[in-house]
Amino acid sequence: MTELDTQKQAALAAIAAAASLDALEEQRLAALGKKGWVSLALKTLGGMSPEERSAVAPAIQSARAEIADAIDAKKAALEVAELEAQLARETLDLTLPAPAAPRGSVHPVSQVMDELAEIFADLGFAVATGPEIEDDWHNFTALNMDETHPARAMHDTFYFPDRTPEGREILLRTHTSPVQIRSMLDQGAPIRIIAPGRVYRSDSDATHTPMFHQVEGLVVDKGIHLGHLKWTLETFFKAFFEREDITLRLRPSYFPFTEPSVEVDVGYSTEGGRRVVGGHGDAPGHAWMELGGSGMVNARVLEFAGLDPNEWQGFAFGLGIDRIAMLKYGMNDLRAFFDGDPRWLRHYGFSPFDQPTLSAGVGARA
Amino acid sequence: MKFSLTWLKDHLDTEATLPEILDALNAIGLEVEGVEDPAEKLAGFRVAHVLTADRHPDADKLQVLTVDTGEGDPLQVVCGAPNARAGMKGVLGLPGATVPANGMVLRKSAIRGVESNGMMCSVRELELGEDHDGIIELPDDAPVGTDFAAYHGASPVIEVAVTPNRPDCMGVYGIARDLAAKGLGTLKPIAMPAFTAAGACPVEIRTDDAEGCPAFFGRVIKGVTNGPSPDWLQQRLTSAGQRPISLLVDLTNYLMLGFGRPAHVYDLAKLSGAVVARRAKDGEQVLALNEKTYTLGSEMVVIADDVQVHDIAGIMGGEHSGVSETTADVLLEIAYFDPARIGATGRKLGLSSDARTRFERGVDPEFLDDGLDLLTGLIVELAGGSPSETVRAGSPPSAAKVIAFDPGLTTRLGGVEVPEDEQKRILESLGFAVGTDWNVTCPLRRHDIEGAADLVEEVVRIHGLDKVASIALPRMEGVARPTATPQQKLERGLRRAAAASGLNEAVTWSFLPEWAAGHFAAEGQDLWVLANPISEDLKVMRPALLPGLLIAAKRNADRGADSTRLFEIGRRYFRGGNGLSDEKPTLGIVLAGEKTERGWQNGKARAFDAYDAKALALELLEAAGAPVQNLMVMGEAGPQFHPGQSATLRLGPKMVLARFGMVHPATLKAFDMDGPVAAVELFLDAIPAKKNAGFARPGFTPPALQAVTRDFAFLVPSELVAGDLVRAVQGADKASIVSARVFDVFAGQGVPEGKKSIAVEVTLQPGEKSFTDAELKAITDKVVAAAAKLGAELRG
Repeated sequence: MTELDTQKQAALAAIAAAASLDALEEQRLAALGKKGWVSLALKTLGGMSPEERSAVAPAIQSARAEIADAIDAKKAALEVAELEAQLARETLDLTLPAPAAPRGSVHPVSQVMDELAEIFADLGFAVATGPEIEDDWHNFTALNMDETHPARAMHDTFYFPDRTPEGREILLRTHTSPVQIRSMLDQGAPIRIIAPGRVYRSDSDATHTPMFHQVEGLVVDKGIHLGHLKWTLETFFKAFFEREDITLRLRPSYFPFTEPSVEVDVGYSTEGGRRVVGGHGDAPGHAWMELGGSGMVNARVLEFAGLDPNEWQGFAFGLGIDRIAMLKYGMNDLRAFFDGDPRWLRHYGFSPFDQPTLSAGVGARA
Repeated sequence: MKFSLTWLKDHLDTEATLPEILDALNAIGLEVEGVEDPAEKLAGFRVAHVLTADRHPDADKLQVLTVDTGEGDPLQVVCGAPNARAGMKGVLGLPGATVPANGMVLRKSAIRGVESNGMMCSVRELELGEDHDGIIELPDDAPVGTDFAAYHGASPVIEVAVTPNRPDCMGVYGIARDLAAKGLGTLKPIAMPAFTAAGACPVEIRTDDAEGCPAFFGRVIKGVTNGPSPDWLQQRLTSAGQRPISLLVDLTNYLMLGFGRPAHVYDLAKLSGAVVARRAKDGEQVLALNEKTYTLGSEMVVIADDVQVHDIAGIMGGEHSGVSETTADVLLEIAYFDPARIGATGRKLGLSSDARTRFERGVDPEFLDDGLDLLTGLIVELAGGSPSETVRAGSPPSAAKVIAFDPGLTTRLGGVEVPEDEQKRILESLGFAVGTDWNVTCPLRRHDIEGAADLVEEVVRIHGLDKVASIALPRMEGVARPTATPQQKLERGLRRAAAASGLNEAVTWSFLPEWAAGHFAAEGQDLWVLANPISEDLKVMRPALLPGLLIAAKRNADRGADSTRLFEIGRRYFRGGNGLSDEKPTLGIVLAGEKTERGWQNGKARAFDAYDAKALALELLEAAGAPVQNLMVMGEAGPQFHPGQSATLRLGPKMVLARFGMVHPATLKAFDMDGPVAAVELFLDAIPAKKNAGFARPGFTPPALQAVTRDFAFLVPSELVAGDLVRAVQGADKASIVSARVFDVFAGQGVPEGKKSIAVEVTLQPGEKSFTDAELKAITDKVVAAAAKLGAELRG
């Protein structure tokens, strides 16, 4: 074995044994550095005759290449090992909790109001609003309840001591029906509106709160009759509950602002202690539940609202928003609606991304 | 209204079953609210005959009876009642029967070693009365073995809701008439007991108020014997929920509940002189039958004699002249009062009664003479006495309403086709007279009929609302048009933006306790205060959304909540220029408790601060479409906020879009809360509406050249606010500077007293060509010069 071979074997062994990039660099300098033995050996070639050179040079060149390759390979291996060691040091306990983003929610009343708007928009109804602090003319008189009407006393009205300049009493609206009057006076006929909003009665017990939400519906046009009312409510409830088996029962009733007046019942069954809307109320295991009042707009109301009852006919209905929200989404305590308890709001509230649309179904499933 | 099936059948000849009757009641608008069948409760109780009664061998107070139950061998029964004796008839509860009073199921058992096969029952045990001194004693002719329920005349009791437009159905007879019209049977004529009236009425009767009391009819009956009512009468009144009192009182109640006709019976001995319907004198008093004294006013009608008021007309009789056990001579009153006046009087006095309910809705003006004769006949039959002739003062309304009816309206309004002859039949069966020309004359008792629509209702409700078919509303061509107003879209969008920011939407009361509303009232604000609040906590309409949310946050903290982030979109209530309200749409936010809970990464829990409030205010204003770039941060958030940690966001000096910041410690104290609490209010009515924008955005291409940033550290006077410096820097070269952002604020070591250091990162956007060094230098110089105008100097 030549001396060169011996040196080369020693160098290759040292490279293989290098435990770190630093140790490897030391070996590189020792062999290939300016004063490394390979470099020095190459320099000796300059002083040789061509014959000598061609005899010695290939061995030196090949040793240089072999050592350089070994260093490159070792370097790559050491880098991989070092990165692996670094990553191992950076290991996290990912069972630890991540920062929590607070989850917001939309109140069921708002959600259902958006659902109502979406469904009724498809039927051509706009959403109308009116003041909650009303005068007795809009809340009662124009709805065919004059001062002496017994129905006035049945409304459990909240009054203010104030009067309008015309001397009308000021009160908190007891229903959303005054919006009918205001809308007809503003827009005339034909008209299709719903008017959701807060209403007030001085009544408070397990199932009544002094403030609650109603939606009023009004259609005035030519040739509108009870059959249209029935269809509209049926169509609405089918869309709202997303069930085809909704069955309504109309019962004669009395509201001063409609004639004829009908109470609207819906068939339901009880499943797991909860009322589930659907089916015929007289079917086995079913019963009827009152959902709201409605009827054909009283001719006097049309007159009060500036319309000629010989020309125009229409229907109106009123539904409890809190109540249909409870029926659809399973809440059982009305008072909790107004409590502002984040636990309840998160449980019964809705994701902001549950925007009701007809194409996805207006309801948000649990 | 409650009544027994037996009572209904007094007036309705029908083969219909109970369920058929109930369905029909619902179908015609007499909503069934409940049915109770006492026969169910009395199942297993029988009329029984006590054959023998012997002392119990081991108990002094017990007897051992043998009882004949009408079938099989007599049963041995142990009984503790003192009145149990051989030969009597009573009520035996057989093993298996449930005692109505206590729910106990009877069983064959041994009492002190003696076998007992049932129980002899008291009145109280069967819930037929209060008597518990002994067992029920039945008359000797009571048929042994009969079900006691049948013997007792137990009959299902039906409760219906009568709508206020139907006073004619506030008597069983009226309900029978409606059912007959529906085809459920035949209405029987009223059975009028015969009597002979003799002599003129010895008492002078007058009405001095023809408007309040158009008619006052009366009659005297002398020599009556008052006492308990017969069983049939007691049973009917009991089924209606009325306690039998005495024959004379019970008969007037029977007239009212059976025929919807209130009447009054006076003890003639307590009257003096003429009996007159007149207006009360202001301040006049009467002790009513409910043992309360009422002070009357001149708008109220009373019945009075020469000495005193005896009756609050149409509402309640007086205690003084009420009948008693010893009453011998009576004056009957049957009158017609103006409904509106009765209602007003009742409301003013806060006095409700069955009579008022009927009079204020309107009794039948045609049922005065017959009503009086019916009452007289019943009194004479059951209590004896000699009646005088009727005396009549005034006359009830008699002008019948005639409506020109087009039977075609039934289809056009009611949506259902009903043959004309059927329409005629329905109307006539309800007492309307239908002329050949379809002029329809209304019975006077139907005060509710005003026009043709009411006749449609009568026809349709009897014909059946279930026959009304659903007809689709005419629909506009194409897909539905958008209907939401800009304000509605704004609220809907904001609501979901707020929820997406981690806030929970609450709905709180529109009314507040006075202190809470007052605390948030603007200076000099005239709040809306309810005259009749349901409680002191729900009294004043809110002038801000924050107090309601603070109250909710406090409630949550008291329940142990660590963190409350609530928002609400609702109205604040102000005075409008027209004497009415001005209701302003508002969004309120309250952030209480922890923003972040303690954690392994960040250590301690972190509370909300004013910048959290600012971030939400800006984020939501942006979501609402407000031009947030142009907003000014100014002061005067209000005294409810920390004066140094709150601000308003304005578009121009007057136009406040929002206020935000930390709630003032004094406010927290007033609401009994621990702080810190941050709050925001957005005044939605102040947000300018977007101009009629189309769908297309303005053109935009991202700049080809990269933006460059330059950092500037300024020493500024301590009192200079960062916003002013940023605005100055930003305005130094509007063409090149696209943003200026504070990235460090520092005061203390190394910064001279009275100064602070603010570091601003300025972003420069080159246009077509990159900036030259000279251009960059020029911009830098402009920035430094602009800042210098505010007293800022570049740090070395």
